[in-house]
Amino acid sequence: MTPPPHIIVLPILIPLIAGAIMLMYDERQRRLKLGLGILACVLQLGVAIALILRAGGSSELGRNIVTLYLLGDWPSPFGIVLVLDRLSALMLLLTSVVALPALIYAGAGWHRNGQHFNALFQFLLMGINGSFLTGDLFNLFVFFEVMLAASYGLLLHGSGRVRVGAGLHYIAVNLLAAMLFLLGVALIYGTTGTLNMADLATRIPHLSEADRPMIHAAAALLSGAFLIKAAMWPLCFWLPNAYGAAAPPVGAVFSLLTKVGAYVIIRLGLLLFGPVAGESAGFGAQVLALGGMATMAYGSLGVLAAQDLGRMTGNLVLVSSGTLLAVVGLAMIYDDAPMLTGALYYMFASTLGLAALFLLAEPIGRKEEGIAGLLAVTAEIYGLDPEEEEDEPRQEGTAIPGATALLGMSFLACVLVVAGLPPLAGFLGKFGMLSSAVQRAWSLPGMWGHWAFVVLLILSGFCTLIALMRWGIQSLWANSDEPPLPVMEALPILMLVGTVGLLTVQAEPALRYIDRTAEALTENAVYIGGVMTAPPVSPEALAPEPLTPEPPPAAAPAPDASGADPAADSPQAQAELP
Amino acid sequence: MMELTLSLGMGVLVASGVWLAMRPRTFQVIVGLCLLSYGVNLFIFAMGRLVTGAAPIMPKGGFVNPDAYADPVPQALVLTAIVIGFATTALFLVVIMAARGFTGTDHVDGKEREQ
Repeated sequence: MTPPPHIIVLPILIPLIAGAIMLMYDERQRRLKLGLGILACVLQLGVAIALILRAGGSSELGRNIVTLYLLGDWPSPFGIVLVLDRLSALMLLLTSVVALPALIYAGAGWHRNGQHFNALFQFLLMGINGSFLTGDLFNLFVFFEVMLAASYGLLLHGSGRVRVGAGLHYIAVNLLAAMLFLLGVALIYGTTGTLNMADLATRIPHLSEADRPMIHAAAALLSGAFLIKAAMWPLCFWLPNAYGAAAPPVGAVFSLLTKVGAYVIIRLGLLLFGPVAGESAGFGAQVLALGGMATMAYGSLGVLAAQDLGRMTGNLVLVSSGTLLAVVGLAMIYDDAPMLTGALYYMFASTLGLAALFLLAEPIGRKEEGIAGLLAVTAEIYGLDPEEEEDEPRQEGTAIPGATALLGMSFLACVLVVAGLPPLAGFLGKFGMLSSAVQRAWSLPGMWGHWAFVVLLILSGFCTLIALMRWGIQSLWANSDEPPLPVMEALPILMLVGTVGLLTVQAEPALRYIDRTAEALTENAVYIGGVMTAPPVSPEALAPEPLTPEPPPAAAPAPDASGADPAADSPQAQAELP
Repeated sequence: MMELTLSLGMGVLVASGVWLAMRPRTFQVIVGLCLLSYGVNLFIFAMGRLVTGAAPIMPKGGFVNPDAYADPVPQALVLTAIVIGFATTALFLVVIMAARGFTGTDHVDGKEREQ
């Protein structure tokens, strides 16, 4: 039995409505707002699980189902559509799995440090979820801006000199990125006359010679905007500062923001410039591969150089996103689905680990000595204010015993995941990437790109390990104070570590799901077919003929009106590929 | 002639905007970002092709010759872009004021460069 199709729009509606309701209460009602926020996050988690079951196909393996939701019920290439496929369902799940612990952690005190934290948090989730679901470029811009506007507010949450300084740079950079985004979108519309991603993908192979450089320029402008968000070197200079300055729960959800940029790169790169894109196939793939590797190297050096855990984690975000971008570049050149599987799995696991590290930084850093003494010496060089501590929120709730042991074990788990060591999930992802890269490099001689990637991947894990272990020894072993750890802070950390554990234990179904995702990404006929063949709901909307001759995608599967008949209230179509 | 004027206008706006956005004072940066967004908005508008005296809204029913009408989509897009750009710029202005209050300087790095 499939859930009703309206469920697709819920990941956008739930945070929108929850955030809007919160705005009506004033700041004295924080507990109510927090409760509402947690309820909304739990609902989103439930919806994300339902969606992932839907996208994965319930009965047999290997079905890739693209579900479409026509907002406004215009026929498919003309109106704005929401598209759910395996990749977007995966990203939605990642969002809700990270958001819930981050919000609970904020409930331990941080949400009291400024105004409208809970509402901004929900609007951020709305923007992220919308970016994952939309099938239209301009709609993507709108959701991007919703997400960014909320992230500006969240980054500044708690105020203070360092945050405002970092926020100033962050906003300026993102405003410039928005301009690039708009230029790219406008150029694409001017060249092809469509903004629907699937429609665009069918038109790119048939572009005239005069139009092709234009679409390449547009794609370059667009990816400039997304790569700033995904923090590819040399567009990543803003990230460690901004993420290091953010409040810990904000840092944890911000680890998702780079993934939004990376998601769009994966989606558009493989959809528009995949192997079937004719002369445009593989456009920009070398840049992605090289830039991703440069990001890995830069992030690894940054991790070694950083002195506090927030900054280290900021640099680890760079490594994680660089790995993903490099693999996407290589996968675009060589049409390499297995490597993409490893990268997506690693991305999922490492994002959880990074979010947990952001949350861990504060309770561990609450110890008196240890790293604090070291920090005071070096803080000035890095532009950090040692006296910044006074804005820490008052803690509430009972402290739990054995805090050091719990923090230490969680820290260890995060290190293992992020550095990619056995036995946790990060290792499986890295192993998948390494084995398929080495296999590919053996089978085709002269693949120096794969070898470079293998070397960098191992080295970056090594650097991560050195830096985090050094920090861990200084602040956890060489320091016998028992830091106060309220339940509200311990619980979210345990939730994130537990999710990593679950991902490791359930690696087989997870990897199988992600493997199909990677396959579906490299064969984009399913996505295009799913989007282009959607019947509208109301009879009169069926009347207008498509204005342009639509070349039907070669392997377009027949639309399967499962569930209700199309004339009923189900604006939804399914395309299935056995 | 119309094309030339428009493209020159966009070029001047974007060039001044980029130059100003690179300047060290926050006020220069925000004016630069505003000019850039004007240039970008004009560009979006121009992507519907330049026509004079053509309405973007078509009458209902009957045969409609699309050549006699302007493309409504870029006009809708540019409206959205203007609203979003305006809102984010206003937010940026607030942050600039806050940074000025915290640091006592309008330098983008929060401190004057030593001479």
